[in-house]
Amino acid sequence: MTKQLMKGCEAVAEAAIRAGCRFFAGYPITPQNEIPEYMSSRLPEVGGAFVQGESEIASINMVYGASATGMRAMTSSSSPGISLKTEGISYLAGAFLPAVIVNVSRGGPGLGSIQPAQSDYLQATKALGHGGFHTLVFAPSTLQEAVDLTYEAFDYAERDRSPVLVLMDGCLGSIMERVSLPEMKDPAAFEEKKWTVGYNGQSRPTRIITSIYPEMVLENHNKARVDLYAQWAEQDAKAEEFLLEDAQYVVVAYGIAARVAKQAILDLRAKGLKIGMIRPITLYPFPKKSFAKLDSTKIKAIIDIEMTIPAQMEEDIALATRCAIPIRSYGRSGGNLLDDDGVRGAIEKIVGGEA
Amino acid sequence: MEKTYTRPKSLLPLQSGFCPGCLHGTAAKITSEVLDELQQGQNALLVLPVGCATMGLLYWKVDMIGSAHGRAPAVATGAKRSHPSSLVFTYQGDGDLAAIGLGEILSAANRGENITVIFANNATYGMTGGQMAPTTLVGQKSTTSRAGRNAESEGYPIPMCELIKELKAPAFVARYALDTPQNIKKARAGIKRAFECQLENKGFSFVELLTNCPTNWGMSPLQSLEYMQTHTIPAYPLGIFKDKEADKS
Amino acid sequence: MNYVEFSAKLCKSCGYCIKFCPKQIIKMGDVRSVKGYFNPVIEDMSQCIGCLACATVCPEGAIETSREVKTDD
Repeated sequence: MTKQLMKGCEAVAEAAIRAGCRFFAGYPITPQNEIPEYMSSRLPEVGGAFVQGESEIASINMVYGASATGMRAMTSSSSPGISLKTEGISYLAGAFLPAVIVNVSRGGPGLGSIQPAQSDYLQATKALGHGGFHTLVFAPSTLQEAVDLTYEAFDYAERDRSPVLVLMDGCLGSIMERVSLPEMKDPAAFEEKKWTVGYNGQSRPTRIITSIYPEMVLENHNKARVDLYAQWAEQDAKAEEFLLEDAQYVVVAYGIAARVAKQAILDLRAKGLKIGMIRPITLYPFPKKSFAKLDSTKIKAIIDIEMTIPAQMEEDIALATRCAIPIRSYGRSGGNLLDDDGVRGAIEKIVGGEA
Repeated sequence: MEKTYTRPKSLLPLQSGFCPGCLHGTAAKITSEVLDELQQGQNALLVLPVGCATMGLLYWKVDMIGSAHGRAPAVATGAKRSHPSSLVFTYQGDGDLAAIGLGEILSAANRGENITVIFANNATYGMTGGQMAPTTLVGQKSTTSRAGRNAESEGYPIPMCELIKELKAPAFVARYALDTPQNIKKARAGIKRAFECQLENKGFSFVELLTNCPTNWGMSPLQSLEYMQTHTIPAYPLGIFKDKEADKS
Repeated sequence: MNYVEFSAKLCKSCGYCIKFCPKQIIKMGDVRSVKGYFNPVIEDMSQCIGCLACATVCPEGAIETSREVKTDD
């Protein structure tokens, strides 16, 4: 597989094209601008449609319209833009419409910072919109993983007829790495969906795509979501387990934070510290099985490392470990980046019992 | 015996959810008549708004997408660009189109999306109980302008056709009223013109229909038609504001 | 001879057809329909000139019209 040096945002955009995405709508917001920029020239090359919406709200609703006709559709944005899209994402979930949403997150809250951060964990995993729905949330930590997860996200979205969120951050969006790109899928070869609107040549009863229902019907949809989310937890949760076998300290980190933490772990291992890491790849469903393996009699502490303050993943870790293991956290936020010296120093303080 | 008028096939044979005398019904009926006439019923893709017209989900017999409040033109953009063979049109009320959706309608028009927008202007938020809309007339009472709309603090009725006709891209922009048989026939011809515009890939078409709201205007159906003649139509002049095809010939 | 049919299932008694009939031959009936509305009636159908004003203004599409085809033409 030949590898190509690509920028994160552009690699993710190309992955979507190869997954058969033929509609993209987006709006400028740093640090995800290269995704719409790339799509604006690449999509027409493959017979797709690109629209720069007048707002993030318009863009997510364009994706809603495209997806309703059966088109593989995607949008991307960054933190404040994702907040604007959450109503639309709730509508996608409510109308059982597949779509892929990429959040290249930045400092927050508010206009925050255009620098990278991981401040959207709770938004992504607890309430990506009103109404109590969830979406699969993928958190890549390398560009290769970002390509693969975006590529797969379209299949998951159609399997579940649900939006899927790929949560990156400004670092992953901006760095360049060598990636091998998956093979190009041809939308014409896709199986025709039985629920889409838009006449395709065979006469059939009319169809409706909507997210408003009579109360009983809506409740039944919500009950079905309970089963879907249970299925996700059982089959689709993913995590990387790193040097856990003899670990006395376990770092929990995802995305760019996990990459930085990995370096610190290797340095500390070289100094004899028994430390490992659980790296959630799906943030929803949270990878509880990896935590179930931890022996609370052997693990002295879990260290939650995130590029956000206050920590947002801590409660999920506590739930996954039934609060049986003390949890410490370390992070930077507001667009300040984590670095391995900072992470190593924080771990040493925690291990030394000072923090 | 031969039939001289039958109910359009693009409507379900059911009673609508609209109030007695509500002209949403007339608008849906004449639009469906045009779909039948152009044999586009099967090929139509209707994007419905949030408001009384949402009840169209139970009334029209065409493929439909229920959109978020104000976002129908964006949803229609996504649908049309992904499925250009469909006759994609939105049907929106004034709260949906001229308030929360003002960005979407002007942007879709300005991009020249090859879609048709049917805009029912009844100067109120019907579904939610009669609040002031951007199209509410100066002095017209509503549940949020109880003493009547005050221009000093609430501005003036927004003229959508006049705004949209200023944009270069739109191909057809017209306003009709549904208060008399003659006006209804003109409106029907306008809707047909707009659909033909789309079918011939001429670009964005916009049809504003002046309608009523007996319930929230606090009038009988017949009184509401009178109010349209004495108040609504003077505030919103009827006519074709832009017709690229005609301008050429 | 022209005919006008008012659907009891669809009519909501708004009165538009009565107002706009140029011959003023439509009256509001006094029997409630299955839907609870009074429906319009035409006592003397022969007066109908088949102009379709009633069908045009009916918001519910509750009016359908027809006419006799003369056999000799």
